[in-house]
Amino acid sequence: MTSGSPGLDQPLFLPRERLGALISELQSRGYIVVGPVIRQAAIVYDELYTVDDLPRGWTDLQEAGTYRLERRADEQYFGYVVGPHSWKQFLFPPVATVATAVATEAGWNVTAADGRDAPQFAFFGMRACELAAVAVQDRVFIQKDYADPIYKARRDKAFFVAVNCTQAAPTCFCASMNTGPRCTVGFDLALTEIDDGFVVEIGGERGRNVIVALGLAAATNDALRDAEAARRRAADGQTRSMPTEGLRDLLVGNPNHPRWTEVAERCLSCTNCTQVCPTCFCSSVREVTDLDVRQVERRREWDSCFNFDFSYMNGGVVRNSVRSRYRQWLTHKLATWHDQFGESGCVGCGRCITWCPVEIDLTAEVAAIRGDVS
Amino acid sequence: MNFSAPPPLNPWTTHSVEVVDVVPEILGVATYQLRFTDPLVRAAYSCVPGQFNMLYLPGVGEAAVSVSGHDVAGDAWLHTVRTAGGVTQTLAGLGIGGNLALRGPFGTSWPVERFPGSDIVFVAGGIGLAPLRPAVEWALDHGDRLGRITLLYGARSPGTVLFASQFDAWRDRGLCIDVTVDRSDPGWLGRVGVVTLLVDRLRPLAPENTILLTCGPEVMMRYVARAALDRGLSAEQIWVSLERNMQCAVGFCGHCQLGPAFICKDGPVFPYDRMAPYLNTEDL
Repeated sequence: MTSGSPGLDQPLFLPRERLGALISELQSRGYIVVGPVIRQAAIVYDELYTVDDLPRGWTDLQEAGTYRLERRADEQYFGYVVGPHSWKQFLFPPVATVATAVATEAGWNVTAADGRDAPQFAFFGMRACELAAVAVQDRVFIQKDYADPIYKARRDKAFFVAVNCTQAAPTCFCASMNTGPRCTVGFDLALTEIDDGFVVEIGGERGRNVIVALGLAAATNDALRDAEAARRRAADGQTRSMPTEGLRDLLVGNPNHPRWTEVAERCLSCTNCTQVCPTCFCSSVREVTDLDVRQVERRREWDSCFNFDFSYMNGGVVRNSVRSRYRQWLTHKLATWHDQFGESGCVGCGRCITWCPVEIDLTAEVAAIRGDVS
Repeated sequence: MNFSAPPPLNPWTTHSVEVVDVVPEILGVATYQLRFTDPLVRAAYSCVPGQFNMLYLPGVGEAAVSVSGHDVAGDAWLHTVRTAGGVTQTLAGLGIGGNLALRGPFGTSWPVERFPGSDIVFVAGGIGLAPLRPAVEWALDHGDRLGRITLLYGARSPGTVLFASQFDAWRDRGLCIDVTVDRSDPGWLGRVGVVTLLVDRLRPLAPENTILLTCGPEVMMRYVARAALDRGLSAEQIWVSLERNMQCAVGFCGHCQLGPAFICKDGPVFPYDRMAPYLNTEDL
């Protein structure tokens, strides 16, 4: 595969009424198909049983601190952007058992999780920013010396059906983070929705094996042109951007900028941004025991650098103030992530802007720090 | 040529260890000699000075503890621990023959490979001498290839001098030891004051040919580093061992970050020049 070209194969055309056949094909191959569904007035990710579970004809309206669903004028299946969920919860579960310990006559018998019972997921409807987010977490959890067994087993088995965005939310800024809106890499299949169906790009052998079973025809030039126009709408529709040039040094070099104090007066330290972020990876391990402490589970749960006791050590807390915790989150996400993993920890999905109850917008915070400094 | 790298390890894998001895040190501090139950693990395990293990007490939790020595005859690894939280209290209650689990070793080492040809200055505060002890031993074992080896040690009081019973043997092997306490008592004939004063007064000192390693409270290490810089050492010649909340030990849980570093895998031992800007920022 050459870079920038999503697949060697010629794109195929999937008629709209056969979208369900792709879900069935994945199910017949043993995949648990997870995709967008409407729950509690939001588009979230959950198991798909049939094509009718998809949020057909709905879209999401987003702004800082605002999210709501609205009927579309058409019957698009993927006519929304992103909701509060990301695929993170399936690869890096919010609660997972990393080890179990059983008391025996000879002492404790401790068994580490090995991922052997990992479910085999097919993610149905991944956006470009979400593919990028998975790649970011791959570098966190699958390293040269150590790999998290739970993440790796789920990741190795997962099948990715990407769907190119055909619209942008006002909170989107993937273009400026270089992660989208076009899906170019990391998928098994990538769909672009047009009026009467989907143009399907094939990302590799595994995707090809699935899609050939549907016996599809090649996409016509008209379909390809419509798909290109639809994708361009998502790119052209982006109004937000993150000024990334020199960003690492800007944030690392300004730990005492007055803006940190100012934003801390608004920030509730509620952890919403870290929970919806598709790359935030912090966790804590808790001992969960039976009543006589003979059976013990080491339970890993998502944690957040916004939690007061996250930096607890030797009877004290290192990051005592909201100021220091917001600074840690933003500086890590946009700056020190580069030192650690060679890239930004932000993919530009905009979830932290939408789901912040007090409308804090990280692009505005960066602009404020940049504006005062340069 | 193509070498295939070994697959990454499972960080959650533990090994069963037995407490073969407990040596009370100072009040509230004991050294636990831990031996792997499985002879194969016993044979395979090794670590370098400065690294730490995660000690796991099922039902209670884990604690990151630096290795403070190796009992070769007993094939046991020494962990010097202050009884503080739930894990260390439970460990203290286990007694000889007690069983727990261990995973490790993790983290970076003191720069012992740079020792030959240099004067070495160890600066320890309180229980911070424990993570330094394997490096002190290494230096004394290779004393013929090193210059002058010095330990500057600060304790709160004469009764809290860690490993004091070992000092004479260390002196016999060529270690220059200077001890100071924050508060003296009637029997104390030694120095009183903070350990940084010992750095100020250190004679002789060839700054261009000295490696200084320090471990203790973070504020102490900052002042030690400042004193060493004042004495003409460069920041690259100063090494610190840092501590933060750790839950995974391999950079997955996020707790131990300080600036760009994961203390668990990029540290705990760092050259001071790498961490100085972050150590001198409040609440980072």
